[in-house]
Amino acid sequence: MTPRQAILFGGLAFALALPVLAGALGLDYAVGIATRILILALAGIGLNLILGYGGMVSFGHAAFFGLGAYVVAILSHHETMSEPLMTWPFEIGGTDAAILAWPAAMLACALAALVMGAISLRTGGLYFIMITLAFAQMLFFFFVSLEAYGGDDGLSLFARSSAGPLDLHDPAQFYFLVLVFVLLALLATARLANARFGLALQGIRDNERRMRALGFATTRTKLAAFVISGAIVGLAGALMANHTEFVNPSFLSWQRSGEILVIVVLGGMGTALGPLIGAAVFFVLEEVLSQWTQHWMIIFGPILVLAVLFAKQGLWGFIESKLDRHD
Amino acid sequence: MTEPLLKITGLTKAYGALLACDGVDLDIRRGEVHAVIGPNGAGKTTLIGQVAGELRPDSGQVGFAGRDITRLPVPARSILGLARSFQITSVFPRFSALDNVALAVQAHAGSGFGFWADARRETALREPALACLERVGLAGRARVPARTLAHGEQRQLELAMALATGPRLVLLDEPTAGMGREDSARMVDLLAGLKGEIAMLLVEHDMDAVFALADRISVMVGGRVIATGAPDEVRANAQVRRAYLGEDEAAPC
Amino acid sequence: MLLLEQVLNGLQLGVMLFLLAAGLTLVLGIMNLVNLAHGSLYMVGAFIAASAAQWTDSFLLGLLIALPATALVGIAVEIIALRQLYDRDHLDQVLATFGLILFFNEAVAMIWGPRALFIDPPSWLSGAVEILPGAPYPAFRLAILAVGLAVAGFLYWLVARTRLGMLIRAGASNREMVGALGVDIKRLYTLVFGLGAMLAALAGVMAGPIYAVEAGMGEQILIPAFVVVVIGGIGSIRGALVGAILVGTADTLGRAFLPGIFGAIMGPAAASGVGAALASMAIYILMAAVLVWRPRGLFPAHG
Repeated sequence: MTPRQAILFGGLAFALALPVLAGALGLDYAVGIATRILILALAGIGLNLILGYGGMVSFGHAAFFGLGAYVVAILSHHETMSEPLMTWPFEIGGTDAAILAWPAAMLACALAALVMGAISLRTGGLYFIMITLAFAQMLFFFFVSLEAYGGDDGLSLFARSSAGPLDLHDPAQFYFLVLVFVLLALLATARLANARFGLALQGIRDNERRMRALGFATTRTKLAAFVISGAIVGLAGALMANHTEFVNPSFLSWQRSGEILVIVVLGGMGTALGPLIGAAVFFVLEEVLSQWTQHWMIIFGPILVLAVLFAKQGLWGFIESKLDRHD
Repeated sequence: MTEPLLKITGLTKAYGALLACDGVDLDIRRGEVHAVIGPNGAGKTTLIGQVAGELRPDSGQVGFAGRDITRLPVPARSILGLARSFQITSVFPRFSALDNVALAVQAHAGSGFGFWADARRETALREPALACLERVGLAGRARVPARTLAHGEQRQLELAMALATGPRLVLLDEPTAGMGREDSARMVDLLAGLKGEIAMLLVEHDMDAVFALADRISVMVGGRVIATGAPDEVRANAQVRRAYLGEDEAAPC
Repeated sequence: MLLLEQVLNGLQLGVMLFLLAAGLTLVLGIMNLVNLAHGSLYMVGAFIAASAAQWTDSFLLGLLIALPATALVGIAVEIIALRQLYDRDHLDQVLATFGLILFFNEAVAMIWGPRALFIDPPSWLSGAVEILPGAPYPAFRLAILAVGLAVAGFLYWLVARTRLGMLIRAGASNREMVGALGVDIKRLYTLVFGLGAMLAALAGVMAGPIYAVEAGMGEQILIPAFVVVVIGGIGSIRGALVGAILVGTADTLGRAFLPGIFGAIMGPAAASGVGAALASMAIYILMAAVLVWRPRGLFPAHG
């Protein structure tokens, strides 16, 4: 077994055993924390697709996170109130079934990403960063002024989504479901990185002009990646709404977009496992520092600056470079 | 005489007050190597940019294989069989040499929307790519990351990528730029080996390379083509000697 | 009358945005640096002015202390952190200056506490002026307008007529050439950054009597200021001015009138919500529209 495989299997075994371990040690809250980390990691995986593999710096991915969360919350709200969501041209009621609500969240995010991408991908570089930010702000203010769904105050879920035989209110069951999604997303990213689409995406990241000259309609590829990325982050949002049983506009805030960026970069852009490591490190840093002082941001801010200046490859990138020397 | 492969008529492009291309007419026949020479700032790169589709002309037409492609975007031109190499080496540094060429094959082979299957195991991509590497003499370096190739090898790789798109015409923007004498000679040999099979529009400062390869030469000065003809005719043309070659002798580049 | 008042409010917001956007667009155009922490300088300027005005009991003294003090903070930030970022890509710049924002917001909260402060306007500007018979308008807001326009004029003169301005223009289009002219690029950058910081502080001080001075105030205006820069075209002072006026009036007029307009069309209950939502999104819609039409902004500085 290579060191890399040892790390992967060890990590997987730890993730699978975590609920039991936590129960045995009396650290039941750890399951909730792990769930949160996994959900943030999933959002990071979504962003990593376009940022790490496609070189597109989106500063607005919280928009999809929040939109996904709101779709679940709004559908559940209508179900609870027994009010139809719309009555024309045909009636659509609310739902709290995961099998309906979560794909709906992903679909809504994919559509939003399609519109956002179609406009923002016309430009590049800095303009792209700013337009994605602006779109997210637009959605943020949209939900702030959406009084029917709580406006500024947000919206509470009456209950977590229902998922057939699973009881999502059971922390361990919810945790495992999220874990499955994260593993699937990791597997898909790893496959994608070597598939035609992924290779084209990486080519665009490194030299888009060359790719166009080779005959790639690059805008289409980038847009497709952007849409997939939005849908994955939307799923993460839907899961987070279930986790917190509450959504508010801060799900879409630009700080949240920054956090997802930080997660991806800290972990290592363009590596499949990077976002998972990044999310874990981000969360642990936040926990440790905020135990120490309530003003933990005053330490985290400079840490971030230093990380950007001196550790650009990210943590998993660093580990991989060590492993490669080993293998 | 059959219709030319590339037909440029009245191509004009201005940057503010500067006319970079001023009513350029140019034909390239099938299989012909056509060199465009001229002093720096004569508008050669602007011309290439418009033929490749990166620059939109202010007026005039570009026809390729009987089609008006003036408004066609870059990738669509490549699909029609118009390839280019860049003045500044632009290979994909993190990919291996073979990956680079396979990517070029992929652009012209089926859908780019494979999300699962390992493209590095697709023989339909790898075999033609390897053949192109062989053609430019890089088969032995197929697994090497492109960034670690020597400069001359990177230029050869560029050519292999252009070939992998199955072109009818290759735009070569200074293919020997920055090369030593030896590499330069190898590149000229490579290009000579493609003569007759693929038409080339060659922009080059190295006059030895130009006269070794070109079937016809066009001379550009100040955005205009002042002469077109066989190498000997151009060499003999008084206007050209005055405007360009004379200057070249005084200050060889 | 209401319309006139709202137009003036819009212009006044536009002027504030211009003060921030001018610094942003200069730093972007010349140093090619995305500085998210620009809003933090605005905030720092406002806080210093609030304290200084309290100690000295004078708005003007507060302003006079805040401007150079913030410029010094800005220069310190440039030398310590940002200088390392000029050659990095935009992603690094965004992340690092995001880190700076976290730092500054927390630092301000630690020094000045979590409660919002207010700055009293000077007494001779605290009243209202009758701009038209029967239409009073706060004198302080008019003063903001005047100061902003004066600064715009000053910047125009600086960029178009002075040696520094020549270097700034040259630096925006060709960095190497400025270096080749024997100009100390580092000093030019630091100088431009200090200037930008001072403009941000000026906006912050003037915002004091109107908005709350609190941690996080910088980002509320930073993002609209970026919208201004993008609409105007990166690196263009003229674009920043036009963009700022557009954004300021669109935002103010939208908030003032859109809910009413939609209420009149669709009936008040549902529609004022739509109107309010649209109003708060107006500047982003404006930006999207401008970019669909001109992807590099209204006055692109680079070809």
